[in-house]
Amino acid sequence: MASPPPAARALRRRGSLAPYGFLGPAALLFTLFFALPIGFAVYLSLRAVKVKGLGLGSHARTEVWAGLSNYTSALSDSELLSGSGRVLLYGALLVPTMLGAALFFALLLDVPRVRFGAFSRLVIFLPYAVPGIVASTLWGFLYLPQVSPGYYLLTQAGMSGPDLLHGGGLYLAMANIAVWGGTGFNMIVIYTSLRALPAELYEAARLDGCSELQIALRVKIPLVAPSLVLTFFFSMIATLQVFAEPMTLKPLTNSMSSTWSPLMKVYRDAFVQGNVYSAAATSVVIAAATLLLSFGFLKLVNKRTNGGS
Amino acid sequence: MHRRLALAAAAALCGTLVLSACSSDGGSGDAAKAASGPVKLTFWSWAPNMDKVAEVWNKAHPDVQVSVLKQAGGDDLVTKTITAAKAGNAPDLIQAEYQALPTLVSNDVLADIAKQAGDAKSQFADGVWKQVTLGSDAVYAIPEDTAPLAFYYRQDLFEQYGLKVPTTWDEFAATARALKQQAPDKSLTTFSANDPGLFAGLAQQAGAAWWTTSGESWKVAIDDPATKKVADFWSGLVKDGAVDNQPMYTPAWSKALNDGTQVGWVSAVWAPGVLTSSAPDTKGKWAMAPLPQWESGASVTGSWGGSATGVTTGAVKSGHAEAAAKFATWLNTDPEALAALVQQVNVYPAATSAQTGSLLSAAPEFFADQPDFYARAAEIAKGTAPAAWGPNVNVAYSAFKDAFGKAAQDKGDFGAALSAMQRSTVEDLKKNGFQVG
Repeated sequence: MASPPPAARALRRRGSLAPYGFLGPAALLFTLFFALPIGFAVYLSLRAVKVKGLGLGSHARTEVWAGLSNYTSALSDSELLSGSGRVLLYGALLVPTMLGAALFFALLLDVPRVRFGAFSRLVIFLPYAVPGIVASTLWGFLYLPQVSPGYYLLTQAGMSGPDLLHGGGLYLAMANIAVWGGTGFNMIVIYTSLRALPAELYEAARLDGCSELQIALRVKIPLVAPSLVLTFFFSMIATLQVFAEPMTLKPLTNSMSSTWSPLMKVYRDAFVQGNVYSAAATSVVIAAATLLLSFGFLKLVNKRTNGGS
Repeated sequence: MHRRLALAAAAALCGTLVLSACSSDGGSGDAAKAASGPVKLTFWSWAPNMDKVAEVWNKAHPDVQVSVLKQAGGDDLVTKTITAAKAGNAPDLIQAEYQALPTLVSNDVLADIAKQAGDAKSQFADGVWKQVTLGSDAVYAIPEDTAPLAFYYRQDLFEQYGLKVPTTWDEFAATARALKQQAPDKSLTTFSANDPGLFAGLAQQAGAAWWTTSGESWKVAIDDPATKKVADFWSGLVKDGAVDNQPMYTPAWSKALNDGTQVGWVSAVWAPGVLTSSAPDTKGKWAMAPLPQWESGASVTGSWGGSATGVTTGAVKSGHAEAAAKFATWLNTDPEALAALVQQVNVYPAATSAQTGSLLSAAPEFFADQPDFYARAAEIAKGTAPAAWGPNVNVAYSAFKDAFGKAAQDKGDFGAALSAMQRSTVEDLKKNGFQVG
């Protein structure tokens, strides 16, 4: 057969280019603001500074290749490991409490003919709008026995309050700030997916003689499981990256070290000790661990749901 | 058709190029004019009202205009300055604490201004000047303020509990214990693990020299006998509960100062400013005394902070070094500048003439009961022990906070914390390739 006329050929060629045109902006932004910075961090993590002599005067410092030595020292630093341990303990307190409360409030608000629904939703959500640093400063003041109105009332009543800035109390204090700030957001996510469920399901359950409690436990919770997974996923990542709260509480107590959480160690290395190379290596390690945990979790959940169906 | 479009585009592009060539020509003409105009200098400082002092200079020197960019002080300012210098965005002038100078010099941030400012030496005490030369022939900054340590106490409460102002550390410990016995809820002071600068000053008083050089290698002696003596002293007081162990600069600490739970404070000459804002209800109730001594009859003190004005290597590259060095010298030695520094910025000037002159004849308002406050301060300042800083003070300080924080909380062994601080500091030096002897 004769080949198609030139105009049609040009059209087809232009058509085949179009997807790239649409992809272009996203690919460019991804490269500029995501791939390049990560690439630079990886590059920095393989570098180090070497000093000549006393290190005074100009040109005493040169940047050299360090191979994997930043990684070996990051991984062999016991502070990174114990920091991760502290964060996991904090997460074990925080995530179940926060998601439990969020689910509880979402179910309550979803009960038919609930009063002050919109108002309660707003009130529970409001702390989420308070920046973490402000929230931690506020709570920090409340945790200091000498200035806290709560402790004042307790001593007036002849009781002594718990020590929330030292030892195990510190974990409670930290988790409390995050529960206060995060419950509202997670509640909204769960509540939104509750509202999306068709009302016929409840009607059918009611006809079958279910109480509101049974509807909540047997119908609603299983159906919003995907959003529970989602909120758990977000909370887990936020926990691993906890930074603002411990940084804000740190000056108030002897018990919060500058490497309390893994990200605090990155900050200390980079901005207090001035070693961006070791900070970059630790960041890469944390990013890899977070990625591994997140995907591991998602895979586990997917297997479960696939296996169940 | 495509080809024609491309040609048109190329023509348009050429046109723009020609145009921009024209305008860039005009631009460089403007730039040339600007270069013959006033030299513009930038100055990073965290001191409040520093811009007002710069205004005094700007009025008298129309050819060199200094603009102050206020920074937040703190550990990360050093890193910020180093990063800016690396990126070529460093200001021409910076305010830096003495202990940060070796780090800044080592990162090639500060320029040697011995040629322009070497003559200023005579205006400062030897120990202070040594801190800006790092013991070499170079001059890396001009001293701005000094912060000799003293002992501050509540006169009214000392009288109430029949306490005598301690002149030695033994007496200090006895006073702390005597107070605890009479008023268990009160403390003479607190040992704060958040403030390595104070601990460093106390160690200087005891004769410590944390960083020294011999030949091409550094020697770190943070756990030397002098510092150990200081650490053990406070360790004993904290362990027995004779002094408090809460960190300073928290709302709880301010309240303790304000309501008399803490009846004393080992602090520097800038303490009146802090007390004015942290303990406003105690106005007129405080007095300053010399720091307790290790040997009876001695009059040695250390420093907690103090800063200098340095010229950056960036200023050298842009040809502004001469003007910047002139400003730094003026700021810290000219009588008019010193007057503005004292009155507007509230610093205790490093220049010896200003310490004893008429500028500081009136006591701080908060210490109205002690009219000879600054005369006494100048007397105390005379005995300031030299400080010996190294290129990784930041690392040592952050190790201090972590190790001593834990020790203070557990009321444990400060000696072990001191060893940890020494270890971290040496390890960091070695890791960076410094020779450590």
